[in-house]
Formats: sequence, C-alpha cells, structure tokens
Amino acid sequence: MSLWLTLAVNGIALGGLLFLLSSGFSLIFGLMRIPNLMHGSFFMLGAYFGVTLLARGHNFWVAALASAAAMAVIGGLIERFLLRRLAGDQLPQVLLTLGGAFIVGDVCLMLWTGDPWQPATPDHLRGVVQVAGLYFPIFRLVIVAVAVVVAIGLWLLVDWTRLGAKIRAGVDDAPIARVVGIKVSQLFTLVFALGAALAAFGGVMGAPYLSVYPGLDFEMLPLALIVVILGGTGSLLGALVGSFLIGFLYNFGQALFPDLAYVILFLPMLLILVLRPQGLFGKVVS
Amino acid sequence: MNRITPQRAAIAIALALLATLPVWVGNSYYINIASQILIWAVLALALNVLVGYAGLTSLGHAGLFAMSGYTAAMLLAAGHGHFTADLTALVVTLFTTAVFAVLALRATGIGFLMITLAMGQILWGIAYRWADLTNGDNGINVSTRPAPFGLSLSNAPSFYYATLVVFLVAVATMAVFVRSPFGASLTGTRDQARRMTALGYNVWLIRFLAILFSGFWSGVAGLLFIYYNQFISPQVVALTTSAEALLMVISGGSGTLLGPIVGAAIVVVMKNVVSAYIERWNLVLGLIFILIISFMPEGLVPGSVRLWRAGWQAIRGRADAPAAEKPEAPR
Repeated sequence: MSLWLTLAVNGIALGGLLFLLSSGFSLIFGLMRIPNLMHGSFFMLGAYFGVTLLARGHNFWVAALASAAAMAVIGGLIERFLLRRLAGDQLPQVLLTLGGAFIVGDVCLMLWTGDPWQPATPDHLRGVVQVAGLYFPIFRLVIVAVAVVVAIGLWLLVDWTRLGAKIRAGVDDAPIARVVGIKVSQLFTLVFALGAALAAFGGVMGAPYLSVYPGLDFEMLPLALIVVILGGTGSLLGALVGSFLIGFLYNFGQALFPDLAYVILFLPMLLILVLRPQGLFGKVVS
Repeated sequence: MNRITPQRAAIAIALALLATLPVWVGNSYYINIASQILIWAVLALALNVLVGYAGLTSLGHAGLFAMSGYTAAMLLAAGHGHFTADLTALVVTLFTTAVFAVLALRATGIGFLMITLAMGQILWGIAYRWADLTNGDNGINVSTRPAPFGLSLSNAPSFYYATLVVFLVAVATMAVFVRSPFGASLTGTRDQARRMTALGYNVWLIRFLAILFSGFWSGVAGLLFIYYNQFISPQVVALTTSAEALLMVISGGSGTLLGPIVGAAIVVVMKNVVSAYIERWNLVLGLIFILIISFMPEGLVPGSVRLWRAGWQAIRGRADAPAAEKPEAPR
C-alpha cells in the first residue's frame, strides 16, 4: 500500500514539474506557434543556474526566482534577435532552436562538467506531513502547490486580464491587433520570456528531486512534447491534465516495468494520435 | 536540353573519381572517412525524400537507422547468419517505419516533426534503458563483417567498394524515384496537398509510401553503419544523429539529389576535423545550424547553383533572370 502511495505522490510531483515545463512550451508553441526545441535546454540551464546559486548558499526561492529571471532575459534576447527574423517560418525556427539546444547543452557540459549536481532539499522544505496516518514529503507537495498556483495564475493571465486579451488578439490576427494599437512584437517577446522563465523555475524546483546532469535537456524535451500532444496545443488545461497523466504513468511505469518506463509514455500518445489527434483539450484547426 | 552533356561528363568524372578513390587516396584512414561519407550520404538521401520531396521534416530518423542496426547486431550476436540478420533487420525497420508513418501522418508540418522527434527519443529510451535487450550503454559488438560472394570486407578499400556499390544503388533508386510519376505526385502533395486530393490522388497513401521508402534506405544505411563500426550503442539513436542527418540534407540543399551527398561530405569531414582539435562537436554543430539558417537557408548546393547561374548570366550579359526555374521552398 505504501509503495502505491509513494508512487502516487511522486507521480503528482513529477506532474507538477512537467506542468512548469510544458506550460511554458504550450504558451510558446500553442499561442505563438514557435516550435521551441530549446525548451528542455531552458529547463536544464535554469536548473544549473539554480544549483550554482544554491551551492553559494542562497535561499532556495531566491535561487529559483533569480534563475527564472535570468532565463527570461536570455529567452527574450533569443526571441528578439534570432527567432524574430524567422517569424512565421516554422522549419527554420525548428532548426535554429535545435542548433541553440546543442550549443546550450555543450556549453553546460563545459561549465558544469559531466557530473550530476543534486542540491540538498532546502531545510524548511524537508520532512514529511502526516495526514490520516500517511506520510507525505513536504517538498513534493510544495512542487504540486507551485504548479497549481502557476496554472491558476496563467489561466487568469491569459483568459481574464487585459494583457491576456492583447496576447490572444496578437496571436489571432497580428496585423489587425497592431492597427488597434497593440504592441504585438513586444508582447511576443514577453510571452517567450515568460515561457523560458517557467521552464527555468521548473528546472530549479526539480533539481533536488531529479538532479541536474548533461542530457537532461533532451530527456525533458520529449516529455514536454508528449504532454502537449496529449493535452492539445495551446490548451493550458490540457497541459495540466497531460502533465499529471504523464507524471503518474512515468512513475508507475518505472516501478513496475523499469526497462520500459520510457516506452510506456508512448502509449497514451499513440492512443491520442489515433483517436483524437488534436489532443484531449485541443481545438480542431481547420 | 543541351546542358545534359556537361552534366553527364560531370557524373562520369565523379564516378571515375569514386571508383579509383582508394588508389589516389592511399591512406586507409582517409578511405575510411570516404566510407563514412557514403554511409551517411545514404541516410541523408533517405531523409531527403521526406524533407526535400514530401515536405515532411523528420527528426526521428536516427531511430529508424538504429532500429535496423540494433536488430541486425542483436541477431548476429545471437549467432544468426548475415543474410538472415540483415533481411530481418530491414523487415523490422520497415515495420517500425510503418508505425512511425501512421502516427506521424496524423499531423503535417510542425506536428509531424514533433511526433517523429518524440518517437525517435522513445526509441533512444529503449536502446538506453532496456538493458536486458540492448545491453544499454555498453552497446553491442558486431564481430564480423559479411563476405558477399566470398569477398572479404575486412580491410578499408574492400569495405569502401562495398559501401560504394550500395551507395550507387541508393542514388540510382533515388534518381528513378524522383523522376517517376510517383515522385512527381509526391512533390505535388508537398506543394498543393489540397489540389492533389481534388485531383483524386490519395495524399495520405503517397506520403505513407514515401516514408516507407525513406525508412528502407535509412535501414540500409544503418546496416552499413554497424558493419563499418562493428559496434552500436545508444549514442547512435540520440537526437544528435537525427539532427546531423537533417543538417546534411539542409546544408547541402534539400530537394536535390546532389545536396544531401555534399552535405554528408561536409558534415563528416567537419566532424572529423573538429574532433581532432576540440571536443566540442555539438557546439560547432549548433553554430553551423544557426549560421546556415540565418545566412544560406536554401543550402549550399542550390545556393552555389544560384550564384553560378547568376555569374554566368552576368558574363553573357543577358537580362532575363533564371529565378523562375527555382522551385518553391518546401514547407
């Protein structure tokens, strides 16, 4: 019984991390239609920034926020100076971000060496809470709580604020949005920066749990892809449901069929593609 | 068609150079590099069928390439003969490709690319994590090379010639494929899928068959690869391999026959040269990607052809631009 519960808690925690990763991916890919293959790299680079700050004795939350801020700046610069020149051209965008991902991966290997970095779970987040005779590690619960807060925040931002309305207008019809005075170009940079920041934040949150090592980028990228394929592009709810689904599946898979954990992830994607190619919550694109 | 004569002459010279390469190169290190170029060129040509002619960009071809390599290597390690192992490998690869195709063709464009990427990574996961089957990170050794018609392929020149034969067959098949009505209908589905449907073509089936064709040659390249290296490991399945293959296609110029071959030569030579000096191949690979995308998006071969034609026109002093001949870039 306790094994199943542990797996369930781990599954939820991984789901929370995946949401931090894939919500940013969903914003960038779903809203802006930029297939950002650097997203796993943002996650890894953010995690490396975070562990470096942690190793220097900074507070966990300071490290996470600082890393997210740094990644937002880097993401914004990449969007503004590299991707902007290819606006609307998806194949070159893919190749550019793929090239960028290789560069980030190699630079990280150079700076942080090939050894994995695993920071200790911060003191105030250590320990367990006891609910109805069952023990839950606090840190895992915190990850889930953060993911839920981010999910609500993003939903409010995109669906209920003026800024969100502007972003949606810019996505739906950029020229007309410009005509009515919306600065579409700045908004897009902002959205890209936000997506990158979320990935980095997720990376730092995940570091005590997953550890940070070379290759993490291309391990996380397919997870983000699968989550978005499952949930439907551009749907935050889809990203949330998809993240928890994959989080569960990955953990149970790893415990029950350790050799095949990676393959099991493939099954829901297969089912979705065959039965509902637009994803669980995706809209049909004409 | 008065341009055919210089073209044929160029082909004859290229063939003569390729056939005599071990003689004028001499050193077996360079002969081996030539073999590598030919092996990768077969993979790049296979990928080019999709990227260049079908307008479907795959980032999962390393998976197909390695599927064939792994199957053959495992069967050989289990004591089966070369013929059985290779044939089974190709059949398994074709089957995998069919699954790939059915799933990836649920989407086109960027969705296709994302699905192939995810599936390629899953195959990497199998190769890396399913250690009971694939021996994990340790990889699988292939103890012997085959000896077709009793000819040993153990030294560099003989293996080069065997690779050359396969490569030439691949090029010839591709040339026939591209010029065939099927090839024309494939480019039709790339440029105007909806009109092709309206004309009564089964766009899905055309794309599906093209992917199978591409998968078959990727499998052949995979077989050549394991016989060349006599070893296969999960590194081969990594995204880097798919990306390198795509770089070969794009740097050389997609949608041409010569492009992927030139691209393969560029990438292999560069990889060997770069690796001799620094360990940062991935960094260089990424930089080349970004530079090519930013400055020569159409690839080196079409770019050079364009420049050459422009120069020729300038010398002749003719005003009519040859730009109309250039096909629309695949999307």
